[in-house]
Amino acid sequence: MALLEVKDLQVRVEDREILHSLSLTVNPGEVHAIMGPNGSGKSTLSHVIAGKPGYEVTGGQILFRGEDLLEMEPDERAAKGVFLAFQYPVEIPGVATMNFLRTALNAQRKARGESEYSTPDFLKKVREVAKSLNIPQDMLKRGVNVGFSGGEKKRNEILQMALFEPNLCILDEMDSGLDIDALRIAADGVNALRSPERAMVVITHYQRLLNYIVPDVVHVMSKGRVVKSGDRQLSLELEAAGYAQFEHAA
Amino acid sequence: MPSSSTRPRGRKGFWMNLVLAKTDTGPAVGNVFVRTHGRLPGAGPVADIRARAFEAYKRAGLPHRRIEEWKYTDLRVLMRDVLPRAPQPDTAALARAKAAVEKAAIEGAAKLVLVDGLFTPNLSDIVQLGQGVDVRTLREVLENPANEGRGDLLLTATTDAVISLNAAMVTDGVVITVTDGTVLSRPIQIVHVATTSSASSFTRSYLRLGKGVQAAVVESFVAAEGARAYQANDAVIVSVGDAANLAHLHVVADEADATNISSVFVALGAKAKLNLFNMICGGAVSRYQGFITLVGEGSALSVNGVNLLKDKQHGDTTLVIDHAVPHCTSRENFRAVVDDRGHSVFQGHIIVRPDAQKTDGRMMTRALLLSDEAEADNKPELEIFADDVTCGHGATTGALDESLLFYLRARGLPEKEAQALLIQAFVGEAIESITNDQLREHVIAAAERWLEARG
Repeated sequence: MALLEVKDLQVRVEDREILHSLSLTVNPGEVHAIMGPNGSGKSTLSHVIAGKPGYEVTGGQILFRGEDLLEMEPDERAAKGVFLAFQYPVEIPGVATMNFLRTALNAQRKARGESEYSTPDFLKKVREVAKSLNIPQDMLKRGVNVGFSGGEKKRNEILQMALFEPNLCILDEMDSGLDIDALRIAADGVNALRSPERAMVVITHYQRLLNYIVPDVVHVMSKGRVVKSGDRQLSLELEAAGYAQFEHAA
Repeated sequence: MPSSSTRPRGRKGFWMNLVLAKTDTGPAVGNVFVRTHGRLPGAGPVADIRARAFEAYKRAGLPHRRIEEWKYTDLRVLMRDVLPRAPQPDTAALARAKAAVEKAAIEGAAKLVLVDGLFTPNLSDIVQLGQGVDVRTLREVLENPANEGRGDLLLTATTDAVISLNAAMVTDGVVITVTDGTVLSRPIQIVHVATTSSASSFTRSYLRLGKGVQAAVVESFVAAEGARAYQANDAVIVSVGDAANLAHLHVVADEADATNISSVFVALGAKAKLNLFNMICGGAVSRYQGFITLVGEGSALSVNGVNLLKDKQHGDTTLVIDHAVPHCTSRENFRAVVDDRGHSVFQGHIIVRPDAQKTDGRMMTRALLLSDEAEADNKPELEIFADDVTCGHGATTGALDESLLFYLRARGLPEKEAQALLIQAFVGEAIESITNDQLREHVIAAAERWLEARG
């Protein structure tokens, strides 16, 4: 069974249709890249999959392991194994990162009927992952993302991904605002999570990120549709020719 | 005078107000005073002061919205009448009070318990207070003819109708005197327990701290099982000696139908430090009014408050901070969380007297509205007569940030849990001012209970 099936998805924001009959199938173990110019609907797709309010789905469906994702609350989707790494992770003053991580992880486990992590096991796990991502311990004591640099915020997203062990990871413009060293650390973190059971959807403007996270399938989005799909070669062609060739295709 | 109201009230209540203003000041309380006057503690000068205080109350009646200080808390509408005084608690009532005290007790604190307005030695731990601390009941102080100035105990620098009523009707309280240089090893917790329904209690306590004293005092207001719709009227008169350091907490966790009117008067000495904290997380109608005068140079005052209100709860925190001398600082930091049809009020009045140069006073109040019908009123008033001062105020009112809520929900937190985490962070900004770990945990636990009750 496909992990994620997006079928003829139509999405409106206020009076404007953003996605027009968009379809996408992602199988376990695959890494898909979604590329496209600004305003093509890439981020809208990621938000609708995660359940962000403010979008009206007027047609089509999204199935996650055969279940209707659109019927679920955002927290139910997270517990089922959908993870969105935010393009702009928010700062939450007054909520210590460690407390947030533990509360979220235990909420997901509770929703799945699993036992809560014991404190020592939890701490051990967080420390291991944090170390591999170059996240210092004092960052975990601060408010969620408060005073973090762009790179630190993205690393914190990957830390959560590693901790929650989702089945589907959607990385929304993970490369934005990162210098080359920060990008490499983040990409290494993502690559370490690749597995036969887990799929990833990597949303990006630039082919550069795909040098670090090598996709199995590349889709090009324009004006709310997938206009072309192919293998990795497609992203390299885009790098050379740009998106202009697709502006009319849609 | 800058004033902001998130939901300005219409003219709707105007006529009703006129009618109410004509009603008398409460026949029940009038009769009760006449009937019980002779039995209230303290004869001679004390009785004279009580009679005068009752006359003052009768002239004014319950405060209403046309009195500026009570603009948002019209007791003629919210309280209607003053209920008869609670009877002396019987054995069964004391047993219920004991259970309530055990639930409200702070670990490690020495408890002084007032049940229905009467000091209850069996439930209190006076012996544990140690050297340098003298505790008496107000009743014994008022009744001792050797105390020539005992009538003065019922006078306060500032007065209004509810304070006059307290002076007239007060039955008991604690008088705590701490000698110079004493460092209290444990906090004192004054627990007010109501066991009756549809009755009132009037208490008044004194806290006199000598020079260099270090102390923490908590006042808790709770109900015993079965107590409903009671009224508590409390006053606390505090003097903080030079270079003393006091943390004074006030936690209103009354039963959902109860009324709580608390007045706190503080005179803060030179180079003294005072951290006041107030939390309203219970009761139907609560008013906490603090009158704090900085009388010695170089003192530092910090006032933090949290209102947690739901259903139709009304919570009012009104502070008057009087900078009478130079070189003092004051900080006010207030957080309101209002759900359902709750109504939160914050009035912050700062006075800087002509001599109080180099005053540094700041006030910040923030309200979080969790429903469309919730209301928060913020009224800052700054009266500055000196010319070399720093004084500022700020106020914000808003809903929970949708983008933060979505982030938390996308990480697996159900809606109420996500809200709870953000509300905890919001009130945490005020609660973290409590430096004593046990007291802070006590307040956090009370806030968490409120959040859990929200469901």
